[in-house]
Amino acid sequence: MNAHTSADTERVEKLQGLGSSRRRVEDARFTQGKGNYVDDIKLPGMLFGDFVRSPYGHARIKSIDKKAALAVPGVVAVLTAEDLKPLNLHYMPTLAGDVQAVLADEKVLFQNQEVAFVVAENRYVAADAVDLVEVEYDELPALVDAFRAMDGNAPLLRDDIKDKKEGAHGPRRHHNHIFHWEEGDEASVNRALADAEVTVEELISYQRVHPCPLETCGCVASMDKVNGKLTLWGTFQAPHAVRTVASLITNIPEHNIRIVSPDIGGGFGNKVGVYPGYICAAVASIVTGVPIKWVEDRIENLTATAFARDYHMTGRLAAKRDGTITGLHCHVLADHGAFDACADPTKFPAGFFNICTGSYDIPVAYVGVDGVYTNKAPGGVAYRCSFRVTEAAYLIERMIDVLARKLDMDPAELRLKNLIRKEQFPYTSALGWEYDSGDYHTAMNKALEAVDYKTLRNEQARNRAAFDRGETRSLMGIGIAHFTEIVGAGPIKNCDILGLGMFDSCEIRIHPTGSATARLGTISQGQGHATTFAQILATEIGIPADDITLEEGDTDTAPYGLGTYGSRSTPVAGAATAMAGRKIRAKAQMIAAYLLEVHEGDLEWDVDRFQVKGNPEAHKTMKEIAFSAYNQAIPGLEPGLEAVSYYDPPNMTYPFGAYVCVVDIDVDTGVTDIRSFYALDDCGTRINPMIIEGQVHGGLTEALAIAMGQEISYDEIGNVQGGNLMDFFLPTAVETPFWQTDHTTTPSPHHPIGAKGVGESPNVGGVPAFSNAVNDAFAHKGLTHTQMPHDHWRVWKTAQRLGLTG
Amino acid sequence: MISAAFDYHRPGTLGEAIGLLTEHDGTAVVIAGGHSLIPMMKLRMATPEHLVDIQDIAELSGIAVSSDMIEIGATVTQSDLIASDELFSVCPILRETSLQTADPQIRNLGTIGGNVANGDPGNDMPAIMQLLDADYILQGTGGTRTVKARTFYEAAFFTAREEGEILTSIRIPTPPFGHGHSYQKQKRKVGDYATAAAGVILTRSAGTCTSASVALTNVADTPLWAEAAAKALLGSDLGAEAIGEAVDAARAITEPASDGRGPADYRTHVAGIMVQRAIQTAISRVA
Ligand SMILES: Cc1cc2nc3c(=O)[nH]c(=O)nc-3n(C[C@H](O)[C@H](O)[C@H](O)COP(=O)(O)OP(=O)(O)OC[C@H]3O[C@@H](n4cnc5c(N)ncnc54)[C@H](O)[C@@H]3O)c2cc1C
Repeated sequence: MNAHTSADTERVEKLQGLGSSRRRVEDARFTQGKGNYVDDIKLPGMLFGDFVRSPYGHARIKSIDKKAALAVPGVVAVLTAEDLKPLNLHYMPTLAGDVQAVLADEKVLFQNQEVAFVVAENRYVAADAVDLVEVEYDELPALVDAFRAMDGNAPLLRDDIKDKKEGAHGPRRHHNHIFHWEEGDEASVNRALADAEVTVEELISYQRVHPCPLETCGCVASMDKVNGKLTLWGTFQAPHAVRTVASLITNIPEHNIRIVSPDIGGGFGNKVGVYPGYICAAVASIVTGVPIKWVEDRIENLTATAFARDYHMTGRLAAKRDGTITGLHCHVLADHGAFDACADPTKFPAGFFNICTGSYDIPVAYVGVDGVYTNKAPGGVAYRCSFRVTEAAYLIERMIDVLARKLDMDPAELRLKNLIRKEQFPYTSALGWEYDSGDYHTAMNKALEAVDYKTLRNEQARNRAAFDRGETRSLMGIGIAHFTEIVGAGPIKNCDILGLGMFDSCEIRIHPTGSATARLGTISQGQGHATTFAQILATEIGIPADDITLEEGDTDTAPYGLGTYGSRSTPVAGAATAMAGRKIRAKAQMIAAYLLEVHEGDLEWDVDRFQVKGNPEAHKTMKEIAFSAYNQAIPGLEPGLEAVSYYDPPNMTYPFGAYVCVVDIDVDTGVTDIRSFYALDDCGTRINPMIIEGQVHGGLTEALAIAMGQEISYDEIGNVQGGNLMDFFLPTAVETPFWQTDHTTTPSPHHPIGAKGVGESPNVGGVPAFSNAVNDAFAHKGLTHTQMPHDHWRVWKTAQRLGLTG
Repeated sequence: MISAAFDYHRPGTLGEAIGLLTEHDGTAVVIAGGHSLIPMMKLRMATPEHLVDIQDIAELSGIAVSSDMIEIGATVTQSDLIASDELFSVCPILRETSLQTADPQIRNLGTIGGNVANGDPGNDMPAIMQLLDADYILQGTGGTRTVKARTFYEAAFFTAREEGEILTSIRIPTPPFGHGHSYQKQKRKVGDYATAAAGVILTRSAGTCTSASVALTNVADTPLWAEAAAKALLGSDLGAEAIGEAVDAARAITEPASDGRGPADYRTHVAGIMVQRAIQTAISRVA
């Protein structure tokens, strides 16, 4: 019996399926510099495109003189809005139902906006010619303060839609207003606030940041004039959606467009949108008949392709004196920049921001969001988070701390008091989401125990006393966050992008010798799909993960899917993979029954084979079955062993976690030192623990960057600040603390394998944990909230305001 | 982020290099490690037509140490400075400063000559050279001359060096044996220029400060030799009061820009804290 069990274990291990810390198959090429990124693509005769960009935040274009640029040897063309107008391509639709100028039409609306596109023999000539395109501007007053956007005398930004009273999401109140969106019962919330024993209110701003992937955005467009087919290689997080959009914009039939996402060096939401560079490269290729490459540089990436956040959130909580929360009210002023190019499911102009009741059982809630135009770059993408979920988590996790201060209650205790209880799941939130599963108290308590929370608070009390006695100039802060995400968009009933339902897909072909190829509608940007999805399949179909090749990103071969962002790959495409695997297994069972001459119902699945119940010696392995599928005629069955699944998830998934951060602050300099960080994540079934840990490390490091330093800001006349890596904070290994990771496992009840997605949790939960820690360090001195980023000078200014810098 | 076109020269002797600079007067610049120049070229803030690379010129390399003089060739890299135990034994602040400059990859290429000739107030070595009262040796068609580090810097990227001149070496009077030293630099991350930084060397005898020098980085458009701050220390018992006076004196001469590192008042404040910590650390290191 024992021998039998160990043989079983051996077979299971050989598969490297669910739960195995299988090494990433991608790394063999990445660690050898053998990845194939867009900029590695070199086609015969390929030309290069480069942009002339606006030096102004807001200006009227008086004239554009291309002569000097065109005279440079090697320059092929200089495109402006005038050249695109006849094709009706000077504006393009955005994912948010707005339009965006491909090349500035009469006006520029943000610094570094695309004004002209130079096409030349190589990128060096193109760069020289860019300098020689002479553009004359009349500067206009720039609008950079979102709070001033709807003032009566605020400058008109969008001449092109100035008479449009109706936006994509309802009426517009002002020429700089984009939309108003609300959810919840405001009257009940107002009543709760009026009746409350305790209320708190705070303006919590989440600054404009940028996903800043290592690889910037770019593409190669190649129009084959012989067969009329346009191929576009690009850094696309959603290749199929790009194909559909490209077909709609260019009128090239969809079957004649091929979109390929090769290796992508990080996306984090930055590569979801459609950018002027793609359109210009495609147009230039269609016109010239030769391939055109466009790759942005770092400054262009940080200042022109999609930013994230820029939410000003006013939160109000109503509570009883014992800490029971009785209502949440929130209004958001959302700065969308010059064009509304947010990447959200179409019906959700503020994404899933209404997850802002977070992990807490809040009986009534209301959110209202107003989006406004400003003279800043467009965007508003989900930077390593599901749509606006990190903003929502930041709001509620900060508000809980603000309330704790007011009640003079420990923030951990206040959380434990209000967390949704295990027996309440599935739980419908006041703002309409059905949380599929959770066990929050177990996670929170495990976290508090792991960090020895009581001891930390005691140490902090001693530190504060010593500070007041003048014995130290360092203050200790403890930050807690218990976040709930909403990922895996999403059910077609409420989630679509430009009418495309947000399902996803997997197609599997089992080859005669028992290996397999699987293709998905998603695209990895570093998440390790080729590793983990093969693991899902290995467990489902009993073929070792090493014998399964996974392909994504080529619309000519992969089944249609909505791509990778918002932690949707595992919840949606991962589910499709399992379901397609099950179809394979169902057919395999029929084949095995025929081969073993038994009834299907007499067979049972065992790791990698079907065996006759009660007689395991009589079995057929998947490998044997695969061969039979191709080499013999089986009555009633088609030959071959293939399956495809399109998965429309019944619900989102709701990963959660409990994080604790301890920071020491040098009050004299504002320098912060993250002493420790503990992250407990519950992402349901864990497919590959090593990859999960890697994802958590990466996400926490981004959260550190956001909370402690990242910011894209603008001066009063619209000059962008922080648009380079000297100023935009990307932590190195030196600034990155040790991450202590942990987990609980609460499988999703509706997902075929119970997985929930994890890539974005650490960004969502990390930011409030860091910020709460910094705020906590000064809490005893009366601080309720100080804005991010918590870089040295802002922390010092906070200390100064509190009279601590002496 | 692509530089304008340029021609590249790599002479083997100083004479040839000076010849090239003269021949292409006004359009040629020296390139050493390239780690300040090339970023400027990529932003097209510098558009030289000729680059004269001095890395192959043997006479510009090498470190020589004697009891009264340290001479460092212009092309000695920051990594070389860190590696030299001989240098460390007589003037440890050079290693301490180099270790806080840029990152290891940049230090492998960046040279001391480039760092001090560049004229960027963010560079760390100029303040150290003022601290140590170094001489810069400049050579051009007109021959060789010496300029004191303390008078070399005129404004951001403007120095006493003539266009056709090459900085060949740096001469530092060997600091007294047993001195205490410290370079305190606050920065946002590895590889960043200082929010504010301060260097201090001092000596003490029978409880009294017998010599002191203080200099500041990146809190004005040039490095700052803080003469008054040093005076506050000299002859004092190096107690809290003297340190406080030195800190105030140092702060008084700062004129920092407001940028991503913080507003001016903050950077002035931090400059004082850096001075205070540098003095305290230097005192703790006095033999
Ligand atoms: C990311 C990054 C971070 C950095 N951080 C820091 C930092 O924290 N602190 C710091 O001090 N520096 C920093 N640097 C700059 C770095 O130390 C440079 O290497 C150094 O400033 C210049 O040395 P170089 O040899 O590279 O000079 P180059 O870049 O080759 O030259 C710089 C300038 O000096 C001139 N020049 C060079 N050598 C001579 C010579 N012998 N005679 C006459 N003129 C000459 C050149 O013409 C040019 O104008 C950083 C650089 C980078 C890229």
